[in-house]
Amino acid sequence: MGRLRLIVTWMFLSLSLALCLDGLCAAEDSGVRVPTSVIAGEPATISTMGSGRATFYVLGPGISRKSDVRLGEEIHLDSQYTRNAGAYQVIVCADTCQSATFYVTADKAAALTFLVHPSRVPVSQSNAVSGVAIPFDQFRNLIFTPLNVNFQLTTGNTLLLSRAVRTQDGVAWFRNASGRSAGALQVVASLDEVSARRVVQQVASDPCNLRIEGERTKTGIMVQTEPVHDCSGNPVPDGTIVTFTAVEQNGKSTVDAPIKQGIARAQISGPGGAVISAASGVVMGNEVRVGAQP
Amino acid sequence: MKIILPIVLVVVTVALVFLGLTGVGRASGTVGIAVGSTLVTQKPSTPEHALTNLLVDAKRHNWDQAFADVSNVAPGDKQSFIQDWTGSNGSLRSFSNLESFEIRPMHITDDQAEMRVHLHWSTPVGPIEDVRDFHLTREGDIWKTVWPKNQIPSVPPQVIPVTALRWDLVGGSAEDEWGAKNIDAPHVRIVSMNAVDLAEGAVVMGEVVNEDTIPAFVNVNATLVDGNDNAIDDESSFDRIAHVLLPKQVTPYRIDFPNINLKNVKNVRMDVKATLVPASADPVIGVMNQKLDADVQGKSVLRGDLFNQSGQTVNIPHVIASFYDGDGKVVWVSDGYVERALLPLTLAPFTVDIPKSLVAKVQNFHVVVNQYSMGRE
Repeated sequence: MGRLRLIVTWMFLSLSLALCLDGLCAAEDSGVRVPTSVIAGEPATISTMGSGRATFYVLGPGISRKSDVRLGEEIHLDSQYTRNAGAYQVIVCADTCQSATFYVTADKAAALTFLVHPSRVPVSQSNAVSGVAIPFDQFRNLIFTPLNVNFQLTTGNTLLLSRAVRTQDGVAWFRNASGRSAGALQVVASLDEVSARRVVQQVASDPCNLRIEGERTKTGIMVQTEPVHDCSGNPVPDGTIVTFTAVEQNGKSTVDAPIKQGIARAQISGPGGAVISAASGVVMGNEVRVGAQP
Repeated sequence: MKIILPIVLVVVTVALVFLGLTGVGRASGTVGIAVGSTLVTQKPSTPEHALTNLLVDAKRHNWDQAFADVSNVAPGDKQSFIQDWTGSNGSLRSFSNLESFEIRPMHITDDQAEMRVHLHWSTPVGPIEDVRDFHLTREGDIWKTVWPKNQIPSVPPQVIPVTALRWDLVGGSAEDEWGAKNIDAPHVRIVSMNAVDLAEGAVVMGEVVNEDTIPAFVNVNATLVDGNDNAIDDESSFDRIAHVLLPKQVTPYRIDFPNINLKNVKNVRMDVKATLVPASADPVIGVMNQKLDADVQGKSVLRGDLFNQSGQTVNIPHVIASFYDGDGKVVWVSDGYVERALLPLTLAPFTVDIPKSLVAKVQNFHVVVNQYSMGRE
């Protein structure tokens, strides 16, 4: 019997909620008065009219509560029930059920989620660095109210970008070119007292003016590059592969040698003369001719 | 009925066990031996018998007998003779077993013989066939194999200065703020792709470059799609790629689709995956004296020598070669393992095959060396 009553009550509540969501219930007329807006984490007061005992329900984002109340008295919702931003439905049931809706909006910004892409970027690339900032309040509610987020990009002592961007639907973003010098690019997003910092590693671009020199040794030919830089003058990172190709009379020899301390070097075995060239990725270097062993 | 079935099963099991035991006894003399297993104990009165004796003894690691089967050796050569069969320095040969062999006579006179042997090795990287020519001589009434003395490289004690260069990874923790410590995956790109039909099936091949400034672990997958956009097959490059790519390094890849004809394929979906890995820039291995040539059987091969320019022993070198036509298009990718370890500052020869049908197209080639070394990441 008790279970049947519970089912009937639940069906009634569901129907009431459905009708209210369709706008067929009027808060003011039903004898339930709710605040027009509540800030997340602040208490709310709900007024009722009439007299006698009633059952009070509140349904909100991530919350539901049921309690017994007296009609005509104010119902106080503690701050713990209004932490999540969104629409809240209150229902008061005595002989009949009456309902109303109010909205909880996000509190002031307390955190800034900041995503910057990429984590590494070659220097002097247009539109290569992008960032997205999303402000949240202390209860991790997304703040939809337009706010000004300040983006700052600095490399060394050079300011690359300083721009205030107004959030749209809770999001602010920027896109900018990378700097000309390899090193750390500091990216800061700030909003009032809240700020978030990210670091993008600016790395040298493809090698530029790859030049090699070679000399014959007792065991073959020792060939090495000059210090390898990109077109902006940044040293190409150690570990970058330089492929040396030696074309000899009887065939060819190749060595994939990593740059170490700015220079790549390799040893070509054999006593014959050779024409040696170098390449790194899609970049070609010069050619050198080394004569045969005397 | 409930009792009959178990009884039948027990009887059948006992019968099968008996048959199995007696069957193995009969077959044991020929398991893994292609030719001449019954001649092992006989006096080698023919070149075939002599060579068979040697190979069977080597297969069984019966080194005293095997060493007695060869001529032109001194007692001090025994260790190098054994090493020639068993490998050393953690090479691929040291993890291999001679499974079987086939002997083909090339030229036989009254006291001299040339024999060609196809040696079938089982190895951790799959079966490997080795073709070797043996010279045999008649000594009295028996034949003996003239052992070709291979110069096993030995490296004198020395100090080789190496500027070490490696990349280590430090991962973030679960407590880190989202987006605060992300490191992007390395940026790699497929720079060429070609698909060809062969008798064995379709082959998709090409090259991948690491465009980033950090090492990448790379794998290439391909999906063949028919006219209705349904996937026909999905395969990966497996070991026909140099998985660890240093910055700006290029590797060939090859993906085989056995028993699939390209005429049924409308599209090929390529997918290259790259992840961050710790890596070392050493050892540096040069590829010397590369040239297109023919092997002893007349097959077209690319041969050359690997030159270890570092101070570390490379246990298992793996050669991957891409072949280009006159327009620079990759027309074939071939690979091969070197069975000998590559000692510091030494050379080791290698060969990789080229299909006969593609030889005429090949105008250029590029070789990369993959390596597996013990005690290193």
